[in-house]
Amino acid sequence: MPADALGRGVRRLGAGTINAVVRIGYAARFFVAILTHSPQSILRVGLTTREIYFAGVLSLVIILLSGLFVGMVLALQGFDVLEKYGAGDSLGVFVALSLVRELGPVVAGLLFASRAGSAITAEIGLMKTTDQLAAMEMMAVDPLSRIVAPRFWGGVISMPLLAALFSVVGVFFENIVGVRLIGADSGTFWGNMRAGVGFWPDITNGIIKSCVFGVAVCLIAVFEGYTAKPTAEGVATATTRTVVIGSLAILALDFVLTVFMFRGMGAK
Amino acid sequence: MAHLKHRASSVAFDAQSANAVELKGVTFGYDRRRPVLAAIDMTIPRGKVVAIMGASGSGKTTILRLIGGQLRPVKGRVVVAGQSVADLDRAGLFGLRRRVGMLFQFGALFTDLTVFENIAFPMRELTDLPDELIRDLVLMKLNAVGLRGSAQLKPSELSGGMARRVALARAIALDPMLVMYDEPFAGLDPISLGVVGQLIRRMNDALGSTSVVVTHDIYESLKIVDYIYFVSEGRVIAKGTPDEVRASTDPFVRQFVDGEPDGPVPFHVRARPLAAEFAAHAG
Repeated sequence: MPADALGRGVRRLGAGTINAVVRIGYAARFFVAILTHSPQSILRVGLTTREIYFAGVLSLVIILLSGLFVGMVLALQGFDVLEKYGAGDSLGVFVALSLVRELGPVVAGLLFASRAGSAITAEIGLMKTTDQLAAMEMMAVDPLSRIVAPRFWGGVISMPLLAALFSVVGVFFENIVGVRLIGADSGTFWGNMRAGVGFWPDITNGIIKSCVFGVAVCLIAVFEGYTAKPTAEGVATATTRTVVIGSLAILALDFVLTVFMFRGMGAK
Repeated sequence: MAHLKHRASSVAFDAQSANAVELKGVTFGYDRRRPVLAAIDMTIPRGKVVAIMGASGSGKTTILRLIGGQLRPVKGRVVVAGQSVADLDRAGLFGLRRRVGMLFQFGALFTDLTVFENIAFPMRELTDLPDELIRDLVLMKLNAVGLRGSAQLKPSELSGGMARRVALARAIALDPMLVMYDEPFAGLDPISLGVVGQLIRRMNDALGSTSVVVTHDIYESLKIVDYIYFVSEGRVIAKGTPDEVRASTDPFVRQFVDGEPDGPVPFHVRARPLAAEFAAHAG
C-alpha cells in the first residue's frame, strides 16, 4: 500500500510538472501571438485608450490611497530608526529611495494585479463563457487583435504610470508626516532627497521594474482569461490564479531584477 | 458585401452553387474511442431553411462548428459554397466567415455594447462603410426584427426573446449567404418563440440566403423549415420534408414528434440491471 501511494504521488507530481511546462510553453506562444496581433490594435488608438481607462484610471483611487498610507507609515518608522543613529536628516532620501526603487513598483504591482488583473481575467473569461469570443471568431474578427491585445497594452502602459503616482503620493505624504507632524527640517528633507535620489539609476530602475511587472501581470491576466474553462467555476479559478500567480511573479521578478540592478550599481 | 475590407484571401466561394453546404462522410470526435459524428452525409440546398434535430448531446451543434470551420473533421469533407472548409487557411476561413452569419444559443451579444453597436460591430470591423450608412443599415436591421425602439439599450436590459432578435439582426448584418442558428428557440416564451421562428423564415426569403437551424423544437420547426434531418448518436437516422415527417412511421421520428419519454431514445441511461445494483450493495 505505501508503494502504491508513493507511485500515485510520483505520477501526480509528474503529471503536474508536465502540465505546468506545457502551460508555460503555451503562455510563451500566446505572448508571441499577442505581439504579432498588436500592430492592428495599436493602430486603432481608441481600443487601447479605453483599456487604459479601465485598467489605469479606475485603479487610481486604490493606488493613490495606498501610496498615501505607505508614505506616512514609512515616515514614522523611518524617522524612529534613523533618529536612533543620529541620521534623522536622511528621512527624505531614505523614504524616497524605498518608494522609488522598491515599494512603488512592487506594491503598485500587487495592487494592480488584484484590481485590474483580476478584472481583465474575469472579463475575458466571461466573454468566453457566454460565447462572445466564439461569436467574434465566427464574424471573422480575431479576438486576439480586438480583445486581448488592447487589454494587454492598456495594462502595460498603465502600470508604470500608476507606480510613479504611487511613489509621488507616498513622498508627498511622507513630507507631511515628517516635516509637519514630526518636525523634521523641510529644507534638509528636500535637499537631501534631491542629492540622494538620482534619475539614473534610482528612478530608471523603478521604471524598468514597473514596466516588467506590467508585462508579467497583463500577460498572466489575459492568458488566464483566454484559457479559462467556460464555466462559472472556471472563471472564478482563473481570476484567483491571476491574483496569486501575478503577485508571486512580481515578487520573484523583483528579486531577480534587484540582483541585476544592485550589481549594476557597483555592489560586489 | 461590395464594401468588405480587402483582407480576404483569394479563395473563391461559389455563391451560386446548387448546394450551400454539403457534408460528405463526415466523422468527428474529440477522442478516437467516442466519435461525436460518424460518417454523416447531409446536403443543404441554396435558399432553403433546413433544420437539424436531435436530442441534447446528439452532435447537432458540432455540425454547425464543422460548417463554420471552428472544428475540422477527422474523416470526410465539409463543403461550403463549393469550397472544402478543411482546405482553407486562416485567411480563407475568415473570408468564408465574412459571408456566414451565426446566431448563438443565448445570443452571445457583446455585453459592453448597446444593441445598436452590437449590430454595427461586424459592419465597423469588416467594412469601410461610412458612419451615416452604417447607422441607416443598423436601423433597417433593427426595424426588420421589430426592435428599432431598443437601439440604445444594453443587452442586460433585454428579455431573452429580444436578445435573440438582436442576435438575429447582428447575424444578418452583412447580408450573409448562409445563416446558422444554434438552438434559436431555447428558453423562449411561446410568443417570442413564434416571432423568432417567423423572422428566421422571413429573413431567409428576403435575403435569398440559406439557413441551417439546429433545434429540438419540433413544432416550431415544422412550421418554418423546408427540410429536416434527425441526428442521434452522431448519425443521420431520418430525414424528410415537414409533411413527410408528420406522416412518418419511423419509431425515432414518432418518439420525437409525439414527445414520448421512452423509445429508440431510452429513458434510462445505460446501466446494469437494478436488481444487480441492489444485490451488489446488499453483498
